[in-house]
Parts: sequence; C-alpha cells; structure tokens
Amino acid sequence: MAAADKVDPIHQFQIHPIIPLHIGGYDVSFTNSSLFMVATIVLASAFLYMSTASRALIPGRLQSVSEMAYEFVGNMLRDAAGKQGMQFFPLVFSLFMFVLVANLIGLFPYFFTVTSHIIVTFTLAILVIGTVVVYGFAKHGFGFLKLFVPHGVPGYLLPLVVAIEIISFVSRPVSLSVRLFANMLAGHITLKVFSGFVVSLSAFGAVGIAGSVLPLAMAVALSALELLVAFLQAYVFAVLTCMYLNDALHPSH
Amino acid sequence: MFVTSAYAQEAAPAAAEGDTHAGTAVPAAEHEAFPPFDAKTFPSQILWLVITFGLFYLFLKRVVMPRLGGIIDVRNDRITQDLDHAARLKGEADAAVAAYEQELAEAKVNANKIGQQANDAAKAQAEGTRKKLEAELEKKLGEAEASIASIKAKAMKEVGTIAEDTTSAIVEALVGGKTDKSEIAAAVKSASR
Repeated sequence: MAAADKVDPIHQFQIHPIIPLHIGGYDVSFTNSSLFMVATIVLASAFLYMSTASRALIPGRLQSVSEMAYEFVGNMLRDAAGKQGMQFFPLVFSLFMFVLVANLIGLFPYFFTVTSHIIVTFTLAILVIGTVVVYGFAKHGFGFLKLFVPHGVPGYLLPLVVAIEIISFVSRPVSLSVRLFANMLAGHITLKVFSGFVVSLSAFGAVGIAGSVLPLAMAVALSALELLVAFLQAYVFAVLTCMYLNDALHPSH
Repeated sequence: MFVTSAYAQEAAPAAAEGDTHAGTAVPAAEHEAFPPFDAKTFPSQILWLVITFGLFYLFLKRVVMPRLGGIIDVRNDRITQDLDHAARLKGEADAAVAAYEQELAEAKVNANKIGQQANDAAKAQAEGTRKKLEAELEKKLGEAEASIASIKAKAMKEVGTIAEDTTSAIVEALVGGKTDKSEIAAAVKSASR
C-alpha cells in the first residue's frame, strides 16, 4: 500500500480534517491545508521578525534577505503604480510573502501545497480585484468606469472595445488565480509522477534500478525548476496585483 | 493502472476517519472528485485562508514593515548625513585653502610695501648723511682755502722782509758798512716787481 500511495500523484492534494469543525452547516474543519497555512504565516512572520531583530545598520545575511524582499516588492509597486500606490504596500508585500513561502514549503516531500488549490488562489485573487474595485469606486466614483473606455477610440468601435475591456477585467481574477494554481498543481504532479517512476522501476530488479536513474535525474532537475517556478509565480502574482492596483489609482489610461 | 487501485485502498481509511469525506470517499462514482475542485473543502479553506492571511497582513503591516522601513530609512539617513558631512568638510577645506591663499597674497603685498619703505627710508637717510658730509667738507675746504690764502699772504709779506734782510746782509758783506734800510726796501720792491 505504501508503494501504491507513492505513485498516486493526486494523493498529495487531498484534504483531510485534523480538528473537525462545523459552523452553520458548513464544514470549516481545521485541515492539513489550514495547518500549512498556519505554518506558512508562522514561518514567514518568524523569519521576517527574527532576521530584523537586531536592526543592524550593516545587515547580516538573513536581514539582507528580508530587506531585499521588502525593497523588491516596494520597487515593483512604485514602478507599476507610482508613489500613490505605496498605500497598498502592506497588501502586496503580504501577498508576495504568503504565496512565496507557501510555494516553497510545498516543495518539501510530504508537505501540503496551499497554493495548489484553486479556491485559495481564487480567494487571494478576489481579494486583489475586490480591493481594486472598492478603492476605484471610493476614489473616483463613477469615474472609475473610465477604465473600460480607452481614449482615442472611434465612436463606432466603442461598444465593441468596451465589451472587450469589461470581459478582460472580469477574467482577471480567473487568470490570476488559475495561473498560480495550475503552475503549482502541474509542477507537483510532474514531480510525483517522475518520483513514482523511480519507485516502480526499482521493483523490476537490477535492470530496473539501473533504469530508474533516468527519472531520478529528471526529478532532481524538476525540483530545481519548481524552485524557480515557486519564486516566479509569487513574483508574477505580485506584479499583476501592482498593475491592477494601478488601474484603481489611475483609471483613465 | 495502479492509480485506481491506490484510490480503492485509500478510500477505506478516509471513510472511516472523517464524516465529511464520507461522500467523496465512497467509490460508487468510479472517480473521486479531484481534490482541488472538491467544493466540500471550500468553506474550510476560505475561512482558514482569511484567518491566517488576515493575521499575516496585520502582523506585517503593524510590526514587520515599520521595522524594515525604519531600518532602511535609518541607513539612508545615515548615508545622506555622511555625504552631507563630507561635503561640508570639503567646503571647509576649500574655504581654508582660499583664506590661506588670500593671506599669502596679502602678506606678499605687505612684505613688498615694508621692503619698499625700508628701502626708501634707507635711501633718504643715506642722501641726508651724504649732503651733511658734503656740506661739512665744503665748509672745511673753504676754511682750509681761507687759511692757505692767509698763510700765503703772510708768507708773501715775510718774503719781502727776508729778502731785505738777506739783501742787507749780502750788501754789508760785499760793500761793508751800514746800509740804508729804506734804500734796500725800495730795491727789493723794484726787483720783486
């Protein structure tokens, strides 16, 4: 059964309750997913908190990492949304750190990947788009709708362009969440499949063990790739968040 | 494939473990719902995501980001301060060099002036001394000339007397007898004329 479990690439995404909990007919149990969400924020918070504890003028390695992340996200937001956008810095920084640390934790064997579930990434995406819409209307009132009416478009094309703009805006939360979810899901399935090959091939004796070197090498290479993807997807998520927030700040483009 | 058999084996403990998974774990529908699309887990995930992310956001906003921002601001302030300090020191050094050069120029001018004055004073004094000496010499020369003239005049007067004495002596020796003094004087006078 253990061997069979190892080659089941979907098993790693299963959610099982640790502390069953029901509120108002909904199952809100504390699951393995919740556990890893807690682990994600505890690890990220602890790292950021401890590494900056000395407040050194000349930073050590860990403090440098924290400062780099902070300035990296800060510059990203300033470039995309200007000085005004800096009021969203805590949001973008939290999103970046949360997604990054969740992705990285997921790379450890037997660990659950929080971001491999569409509902998690979709909730984060809705948080971003919700912030954009609420702030946009609060700041510009109905002027925010100018977002859907680009300048310099001839009148007869306007209905078509506006329709396209609205569709593209509505599809943003979907594309934002599916991009992250699909990348993490596909990466982990691929890793699991190749690792499974190693186990399955080893079962065929000496030849199998010799042959299992190939999928093993592949799994090693994929692990490196997944490390890159983990960072890249966190970066992409943060960059797109910055660009959408820029729309909320400056709707007429 | 072994995937389905794994599921069959997996389903049993899952069903026994939690009532929530009972529905999905029953292998009646050949395929169990793909976990990420299993809507039964959505409320729990959303709730716990909201709780954990909310706490994370608050912690970063209240504690971590002010601290990181503070560290970076302090460093930037320190760098600006150091640069300002360096610029101020450079300004001071430049000012000192300028002041030094000005003083040097002033000192040169002063030295020239003092030298010139000393030179002029020395010249004037030398001139004065020379003039006084010249005047004194002139006076002495005049006195000397006057005394020479008087001595000469006196000598010239005595020459006549000597000549008369000599003449009378010579005449007495040659002629003998007494000689008339007045005659001799007249003769000397006529001879010396």
